Amino acid sequence: MTTYPVRFLLNGTPVEVDVAAQDTLLETLRNKLWATEVKNGCGKGDCGCCAVLLDGRAVNSCLTLAVQANGKEVVTVKGLGNEDDPHPLQESFIRKGAIQCGFCTAGMIVSAKSLLDENPRPSPDEIREAVSGNLCRCTGYKKIIEAISDAAPKCSPSD
Amino acid sequence: MPEKQHPANDHPPVDVVGRSLPRCDAADKALGNTKYAEDYFLPGMLYGKVLRSEHAAAKILSIDTRNAEKLSGVRAVMTAKDVPHNETITRFGQTHTVGGFEGLYRILADKKVRFMGEGVALVAADTPAIAEEAARLIRVDYQPLPGVFDPFEALKRGAHRVGEESSNLVCYYKVRQGDITEGFAASDVIVKNTYRVPFQEHAYIEPEAGLAWIDDDGVINIQVCTQVIEHYREIADVLGLSYNKVRVKGTWIGGGFGGKEDITVETYLALLTWKTKRPVKMAYSREESIICHGKRHPYIMTYKTGATREGKLMALEAKLVSDAGAYVYLSPWVLLYSTVGAAGPYKIPHVKIDARTVLTNNTFSSAFRGFGVPQVCFAYESQMDELAERLHLSPLELRRRNYLRKGEATATGYVLEHYAASPEAAEKALEALGEKTKSKSPAVKIGRGIGSSMTSYGRMVFLHDTSRSYVGMELDGSVTVRCGVQDLGGGQASSLAQIAAEILGVSMADTRVFIADTALTPIAGTTTATRQLYMSGNATSMAAKEVRKNLLDKAGEILGAEPGDLDLRDGIISVMNDPSRSVPLNTVVRACASSGISLFHIAQFNAPARELVDFKKGQGQVFPDFTFGTHAAEVAVDVETGKIDVLKLAACFDVGKAINPQAVEGQLEGGTIQGMGYALLEDVILDKGITLTPSFSEYLIPTSLDAVDVRCILIESGDGIGPFGAKGVGEPSLVSAAPALANAVRDAIGAGIPDLPLTRNAS
Ligand code: FES
Ligand code: FES
Repeated sequence: MTTYPVRFLLNGTPVEVDVAAQDTLLETLRNKLWATEVKNGCGKGDCGCCAVLLDGRAVNSCLTLAVQANGKEVVTVKGLGNEDDPHPLQESFIRKGAIQCGFCTAGMIVSAKSLLDENPRPSPDEIREAVSGNLCRCTGYKKIIEAISDAAPKCSPSD
Repeated sequence: MPEKQHPANDHPPVDVVGRSLPRCDAADKALGNTKYAEDYFLPGMLYGKVLRSEHAAAKILSIDTRNAEKLSGVRAVMTAKDVPHNETITRFGQTHTVGGFEGLYRILADKKVRFMGEGVALVAADTPAIAEEAARLIRVDYQPLPGVFDPFEALKRGAHRVGEESSNLVCYYKVRQGDITEGFAASDVIVKNTYRVPFQEHAYIEPEAGLAWIDDDGVINIQVCTQVIEHYREIADVLGLSYNKVRVKGTWIGGGFGGKEDITVETYLALLTWKTKRPVKMAYSREESIICHGKRHPYIMTYKTGATREGKLMALEAKLVSDAGAYVYLSPWVLLYSTVGAAGPYKIPHVKIDARTVLTNNTFSSAFRGFGVPQVCFAYESQMDELAERLHLSPLELRRRNYLRKGEATATGYVLEHYAASPEAAEKALEALGEKTKSKSPAVKIGRGIGSSMTSYGRMVFLHDTSRSYVGMELDGSVTVRCGVQDLGGGQASSLAQIAAEILGVSMADTRVFIADTALTPIAGTTTATRQLYMSGNATSMAAKEVRKNLLDKAGEILGAEPGDLDLRDGIISVMNDPSRSVPLNTVVRACASSGISLFHIAQFNAPARELVDFKKGQGQVFPDFTFGTHAAEVAVDVETGKIDVLKLAACFDVGKAINPQAVEGQLEGGTIQGMGYALLEDVILDKGITLTPSFSEYLIPTSLDAVDVRCILIESGDGIGPFGAKGVGEPSLVSAAPALANAVRDAIGAGIPDLPLTRNAS
């Protein structure tokens, strides 16, 4: 099988990986770069839990080919913050109880980050609209919407 | 051990219990650190794949695996003949079995297939692509059979026989209370209707996955997202191994809702790793998940209810028929819950219930949050509103006149021993809707409805349920809990941390819970039946109190005080009336360690145990206790288009004691929205056993745009039988949401819709 070398920045670190033309970014992140914080819930663009930022915009990595990431910047939930310096969205998801099983969380936070970068003070309706491609089966969304609203004033695009 | 225990109720919570602290698993989940079942890799691992039947009913004439075996990179191909014990019996996860209710579980189809998606062969290969290709190369010759897809058809003489038994009827339960003829004769108003509810899919966002390997000591290890790590015994039976040669380690689960209660990937993984001696990983695709795992049972329910002119319920007669699908699995138990719950939270002198569950060639049905109660709740709550209308009473008033109170007997003759909050809950739920929304157009009608329920928490009492937990004080003053709970995402582990931290006077941050490992954590039973807070919460509280006692005894010696006069909080033990006399917890821990005093304890909590009920009359105690509550809904219905908009939803439940109010709200919010999906959107459509809705673009669950903010009201009666007087809410939170919405739609349009989803025939 022909493979192509692909280079991109993953959470700030340059990576290089050989991929086949049809390999998705999701498979590549999970199985070749061990970025398992990116989840596979459907593989078809229906659930949003594979969302990552590609050059700053949220995309479903299951619908993105790995070769499309070449030369770009990929950010997962782990790229937004860590134990010592969590992102305000991560902090407010924890504090507001917006996490139950947590399987949707990585994608949800990435979508929220993409929203806040474009619209720093979204209304609850705008938040609902922005995360409507991210399914959550556990929470009923209320605490997720609250967490995003709550984090908004604490975020700056550089976060 | 005493038969009935309320081990924690003598310890009023102070610092940790009762507070909305962030759950102990939340930070790792938010940061992306938590590993789920599909996130583990081992060197040299193979990928497993299941070949599944494309037919719902067919004979297997032959299976030819030669081409698959020849493919380079294929390490194993297995069919039924390669499985040492291909037929096993589901025994519901725990050690105590009861005769007569065991469900057949076949690892791989043998001679015939019973449903579309049934496993026929297994493959292990070097890559997922090779495994897939190998599965494609397996040639199965089927002879299609007519099959049967409707439970009433399946009951007819001469119907296609789904299994090997002489009839498709799985079981039949009855409840007989009073004299039904007399009851209807004494009724001034009688309503009658037939209700239908569909298959519902769990739609947890994490599909089934796992990884298995053999350790250097020959033990088969299976790391899997399961609600029941105790399936290790069944897995061992399949392989013909002794029980101590199989270990199941549960991962943090990406949602379960009952769908990960039955075995999923574990036996397949065990077989493939046993055959190849290599690690094997398996993950279902979304389509595979929807096609092959059990669903909520569809029911057809004919109800007749009679009341006096004053609105006093006199008689209720119900005939329930549920579609068990192709294998028995948990259908008899689900049906038992429906039977016992069929009359709802109401006092009715004359009750007659006949309940049957029937095999068909549809996808099998099994456990789903609510376990047979949401179906009957939809039916009896619809009947209540039909009656209220005929009696010119408000739905709330009719219910108020009939709710069961503490000390009164249910239809199955069980006298309620604890506070039954129904009247209070109904009033508060309705009140929480606030002022009624005004319609903006004549075509849009606004309606309101309520749904009340009583839902059990804890397993059926004749199962003699138990749980165990280890609580230990580490030498640095931190606390370790080891408990075999599976964490579905509902906060099962975190609530144990909160309980142990409270009793041992440390912070949540200093408490660590190790969960779900049959090799290392005491067996705690299944994470099902809304039982973990009740069962493992009590076990953890008992164990923590033993450790606390040792610490206080030692501190008493050090301080020259009576242990009963001491207080333990924030890592300090002090004399209650004289806080200047105190000693750091750490010092006491070290003193205990050096004088050989135990700093850990394993406790077993036993639920009350009762005899098996008599299924001919259905009388006796079936459950340890119930959670009472009400959902209220406000909807806007466009009578021209049939479009239903949910405007408001409220849930009020007596939770006994909220160990973590925020987490309890989370359960209520999530359960209510799942119930909303059941009412309005969700419908697994099968055409002659073929699933037509195998993805999230066909099977719709509520999105953030469908959901509304659920207004939660917690009643804390303190009268539960869990730790600190808590009750369970995991399942109750879903049960009455659908009827509340259905009744709101009825109120809006002036006519009831007897089928779920309500929108099936609209737009
Ligand atoms: S996995 Fe990409 S949208 Fe579901
Ligand atoms: S928290 Fe479980 S899917 Fe969102």
